[in-house]
Parts: sequence; C-alpha cells; structure tokens
Amino acid sequence: MLNISGIHEGFVLDHIKAGMSLQIYHDLKLDELDCTVAIIKNARSNKMGKKDIVKVECPVEALDLDILGFIDHNITVNVIKDDKIFEKKELHLPKQVKNVITCKNPRCITSIEQELDQIFVLTDEEKEIYRCKYCEEKYRNPNKR
Amino acid sequence: MRHLMSPLDFSVDELDKLLDLANDIEKNPGKYAHACEGKKLATCFYEPSTRTRLSFEAAMLNLGGSVLGFSSADSSSAAKGESVSDTIRIISCYADICAMRHPKEGAPLVASQKSLIPVINAGDGGHQHPTQTLTDLLTIRSLKGRLGDLTIGLCGDLKFGRTVHSLINALIRYPGIRFVLISPEELKIPSYIREDVLVANGIPFTEVERLEDAMPELDILYMTRVQKERFFNEEDYVRLKNYYILTKAKMELAKEDMLVLHPLPRVNEISVEVDDDPRAAYFRQAQYGVYVRMALILTLLGIEVN
Repeated sequence: MLNISGIHEGFVLDHIKAGMSLQIYHDLKLDELDCTVAIIKNARSNKMGKKDIVKVECPVEALDLDILGFIDHNITVNVIKDDKIFEKKELHLPKQVKNVITCKNPRCITSIEQELDQIFVLTDEEKEIYRCKYCEEKYRNPNKR
Repeated sequence: MRHLMSPLDFSVDELDKLLDLANDIEKNPGKYAHACEGKKLATCFYEPSTRTRLSFEAAMLNLGGSVLGFSSADSSSAAKGESVSDTIRIISCYADICAMRHPKEGAPLVASQKSLIPVINAGDGGHQHPTQTLTDLLTIRSLKGRLGDLTIGLCGDLKFGRTVHSLINALIRYPGIRFVLISPEELKIPSYIREDVLVANGIPFTEVERLEDAMPELDILYMTRVQKERFFNEEDYVRLKNYYILTKAKMELAKEDMLVLHPLPRVNEISVEVDDDPRAAYFRQAQYGVYVRMALILTLLGIEVN
C-alpha cells in the first residue's frame, strides 16, 4: 500500500475517473505552480472500482476549479486548511469555458483566425451540452460518464 | 447598440413591430424615402451573393442612404490577411451600419464584438441567414394575414438547408403550427431539429417522401433545391428527383389559397409553368426581402419616421 502524507493547506481532488488525473493536472495548470502535487492513479474505490486522486499543497485561492466542473462534476473537492477538511466543494457545470477545448468545425471562424478565444457556452444543462460561441457546433465530452 | 446575428435575436413582440414597420414601408414608401439621408451602409461580402447584397443595397437606397462595400474576399483586405475584427474597426469609421456575409461560421459575431456600428449577419456559411428568415416571415404574414395556425410543408433538402432550419426555429414560437416534412431518406431533417426542436417543443409534424401526398393539406409550401451531389448514387437521384419538382399538375392538388415560397435561386425544382399561378409567391417574396431589410436598417439605426 502506497502512503502519501496529508497536506496542511490545499486541495484533495477525489473520485476522479481512473486515467483522468494527468488531464486534470494540465487543465488546472498545476505544472505552472511551484507547489507539491501528488497524483495517485488507479486507487481502489468501493464506489468506482478504480479511481484517481490528486493532492495539491497550495494556497486555497491559487486554483480556478470551474474547469473541474466541465471535465467531470462528479469529482469530490476537499478544501484543506490547517491539516483538516475545511470545506467540501460542490462542482457545477460552468456557464462558459474559455480556451480549454477547441472547435472542430472546419467552417468555424476560429479555424482561420487563431487569435480568437475558443469559447464554449453551456446551452443545455440537463444534457450537459456545450456549443461553440461562434458557430454553435456541439462539443461532445469524451470523458462524460 | 444592437446587432442581428440570428432570427431568434428578436422576441415575438419585437418581430411583430419589425414586420409592422415593413408593411408600413410597403404601403407608404414615400414616407421613408429620406429616412436614412446622410447614412451609409457597408456591404462586406467575403463571398459572392448578388441577390442578398443587392437586396440590402436597394433597401438602403430606398431609404435615401448610400452604400459602399466589397463583394468578394479577393477585393478586400482579407486577401492580405486582415482579420475580421480589424476590418470592422475600419469599416466602423466609414459607415453607419454594416451587412456582412462570410463563408466562415461566426464571423459576423466576431465583427459585432469589435464594431462601433450595428452589424447584420447576411449569411455565415451553413450557420445563419437571419434576413432570409425575416423575409419568409414577412411574406407569410403579409399574404396569409397570420403566422400561427398554419400547416407548412417543407420540401426538398431538409438536411443541409439552413433556411429551412431557421424557419422552423422561428415559426415554432407561434401557436397552431404544424409541419409536413417532404424529403428523400438521404435528405431528411437532422435529429437536432427533429428531436431537440420539434419533439422537445411538442410541435406536430409528419414526414413524407412524395410531394403529392402532402399537397392537399398545406397552407404554405416552402420549396428548396435537391442537389444531385447530395446523393450517394445517380440511381437514387434519378428515382427521386421528380418527386421534388413542383408542376402545374401537382398544384392542382393544393388548396386554392396555398402559397408557394422559395428562398431562390431556383434551378428546376419549380417548373416555370407554375410562375403564373397566383399562389406562386416566390418573386413577391424577393420584394418583401427589400421591405424587411429597410425595416431592419431603420430599427438597428434607431430611426423613427412619423
């Protein structure tokens, strides 16, 4: 059994779908932060069989967690302060995501004007559908459970 | 400042006001002949579309304004690599309102974000063509007297036809609308319209393969072109193409007050022998296109004529 010590201040992202932790590492831009990060892959889980966990030792205001809601809003976010779980954050689908995914429609204006921000807007909360702000092409989330 | 990107940008009430204004322009053209004196319309057409461009230009000239612009990307700075955002910033210094057609979807929206003048989407790829939909709505309302309680047959290429998709989205906002979707299997309405729009909003519709079968019940027949290149093989095209050609014989099956609309250009899907039928409204539709663009220019410029 692998042991990773607790953290003093930061986040524990639990119940990540197995195999998704590295994408989350990149999407949260953790590579740009000067802090301790532990990525645990394929941890045993009663609920999920296998899961990934990411632990980040950093000031709690350092991360924008909106993006997590877009990747998978079933992820559990534990905010740690003074070695204790200070808060369990509930994730919501963000209304809009900017420069996270790119439009695949070859007829979209973003395909020729690359300085434009890639913006996707939540158009159907129930079905979790995002559409390109410019051409309205639907984005299919490959990670959707 | 207001732009027009999609036909749904206007609420039903706003649309009613716009169409009322268009009808007033139709009845009293002289009253509006100087409404836009001193104002300039820029037609920024990154791909050729003679009909739409001339309709916009005629609309502005009828209002006493003037026009400037370009009619293909080759004759604009786009050929030198200028972005849409930069172009519209410049155009904002030259004109008071802009109509933009672009082969890339969303380009007019990009322009509207940086523009200092109202931008009208005059067609962006296969995405939106709101002034065509406004034209269709004005034609139906003017000639039928209403936009609700209608059975509308949509015939031809329902898969790729953006005018058809826009018209469905605009008409479902009115009560008592029923659609008859007439197309070959290959060109049926896509599921994002059938399921997400028609079924989701509880709009009654039927799908048929032969135009004859639908004719007797229709109040409006909206024709579109069935293009040969949309078919997988020549055999299917030859087998099906005649189902979607409107002839005098088929018109005999229709109600006496049914209207035939077509976004034009027509190729051979409406036989020329139908042109003299009083129910053929497609050329009058082009005239309504000018009135609705005049009303739109006045509305977006905030000009009121008393």
